[in-house]
Amino acid sequence: MDNPETQVNIENPNNKSNSLWISLKGQLKKFLSSHNIGDFIFERLTLLFAVLVFLLVILMGYEMYVGSKISIDKFGWSFLTNSVWDPVQEIYGALPIIYGTIVSSFLALVISVPLSIGIAIFLSEVSPDWLEKPLSFLVELLAGIPSVVYGLWGIFVLVPWIRTDVEPFLSEHLGFLPFFRGAPYGFGMLAAVLILAIMILPIVSSISRDILRSVPQSQREAALALGATRWQSTKIVLKDAKSGILGATMLGLGRAVGETMAVTMVIGNRAVISPSLFDPSYTMASVIANEFTEATSEMYLSALIQLALVLFVLTIIINAMAKLLVWSMERKLGTR
Amino acid sequence: MNSSKFFHVKRKIISAVMMSLSLVATLIAVIPLVLIFYYTISKGITYLNIDFFVAMPKPVGESGGGMANAIVGTLMLIGIGGAIGIPVGVMSGTYLSEFGNNKFGATVRFLTDVLSGIPSIVVGVVAYTLVVVPMKHFSAFAGGIALGILMIPTITRTTEEMIKLVPHSIREAGLALGIPKWKTTILIVLKTAWKGIATGILLGLSRAAGETAPLLFTALGNRFWSTNVMQPMASLTVYIYDYAKSPFEDWNNQAWTAALVLIIMISMLSLLFRIITRSKFKTK
Repeated sequence: MDNPETQVNIENPNNKSNSLWISLKGQLKKFLSSHNIGDFIFERLTLLFAVLVFLLVILMGYEMYVGSKISIDKFGWSFLTNSVWDPVQEIYGALPIIYGTIVSSFLALVISVPLSIGIAIFLSEVSPDWLEKPLSFLVELLAGIPSVVYGLWGIFVLVPWIRTDVEPFLSEHLGFLPFFRGAPYGFGMLAAVLILAIMILPIVSSISRDILRSVPQSQREAALALGATRWQSTKIVLKDAKSGILGATMLGLGRAVGETMAVTMVIGNRAVISPSLFDPSYTMASVIANEFTEATSEMYLSALIQLALVLFVLTIIINAMAKLLVWSMERKLGTR
Repeated sequence: MNSSKFFHVKRKIISAVMMSLSLVATLIAVIPLVLIFYYTISKGITYLNIDFFVAMPKPVGESGGGMANAIVGTLMLIGIGGAIGIPVGVMSGTYLSEFGNNKFGATVRFLTDVLSGIPSIVVGVVAYTLVVVPMKHFSAFAGGIALGILMIPTITRTTEEMIKLVPHSIREAGLALGIPKWKTTILIVLKTAWKGIATGILLGLSRAAGETAPLLFTALGNRFWSTNVMQPMASLTVYIYDYAKSPFEDWNNQAWTAALVLIIMISMLSLLFRIITRSKFKTK
């Protein structure tokens, strides 16, 4: 009876706690027999933090799901297909917002990706070393400017320029197209597209440059030895780097879709679907930034959180695809 | 003979054209950078004076005043963020490099990539539901948590990469002397890699300093002096946003000055980052 171990066994005769006790004893034995108690604690401690990172991502999704429960229950999938966003009537359809997000990001890619590939080719294939370093530094400097400063510049420099020069020019010469009609406000889709294109340029070009560099030098030498010109050897390099550059593009897309401040400041913030690039529009991130503190009703807040959830899932899909593309490129080059 | 020569010349011309196009693309990319810096410096400098650093914002309609509260607020917010992001990032990075060669490690690695791609506004929404809703009011603490979450992926991945760069021979030398693994990792491996890790931390901090979106509905902003972590807190970025949208020219101008001060703060951090990396390469 003096032995505490038997006492425990007598007090907890049922199977469940017995097995728990045995597993605890096993852990204890492992703990004592491991080389060093410090090692045991250290590994578990770092593991704890890694688990924390793991749980964090799951917690984020869960929190947003719970927060948007009311809106999900009421609107369901029609949230994504309904084209009326009217907080006064408490009707929330995100279609115009999703449209604005996709169009602005896509057009920004159309401008930014060819330029980025050009920059990557210049930095990895053409430029001499002394020029390459400062240029890379400049491009990385672009990445370091806070988004809100881009927005500030957008409001006071880019938007006035678009209003007085770009939009009148476009409507005069290309006005027969539906994309370039309407009053030149300055604030609108066009401004958002241009500012996004500038903002994703650094990430797409620096990753593309790294990917071009990862193509083995022997590929270029083989082409040049056969009498190919610089451009012909570059084409071969680009062919090898195709999936990697596609991955860089996807990463840029992920950035553009989630970009908030600069877009909010120049896009005009109105939930309408219009083919004209002159008209104001809205993106998911800018709706949240603009309306979150104004959301007075529970349903309103819930709809905004649901929008954040959609954005969360969308960027996870885009980034996972980007990651897979870059991986497949690395594997292909690695096994060669 | 003639035609082959023609094709040769044609090939060369095409090559030259394409290669110069790549130069043109690079120059086009540099233009907005130059413009943004030009405007921020030239417009920001007109309002840059001692008042900006020591005075408080003036009420609507009065000109002058400064942003002392916002400068302190930004520093405090990245401080809170760092207090959360740095330990989590460094420890989980250490786990990934030292013990993470398994499925769980691969999962965590993938999730840090996922986390780095999540828009900062979404992190702000999560911090709102996690902290602001239970506390029932906006607070600097909630903003700091959002910034901390945003720092984690950068710090985790840099820590992992930097520890992996430490040669195995150094580790083995420690273990051969009978030093337990945890002491080897902390005293030898982390000490060798700390410069690299510090650059990762600085990068994370400087990115957090420029964040606006996650602060809009967490730290909110504050027109008064406040160092209370549980109350709303001002930050330079939120001030830039509010002042840029405002109809007052005086406020617009102050937004430019705030942008200049913010960029100077961030470049000071990255200058520190460059000095650290440079001295690292010198000793090698």
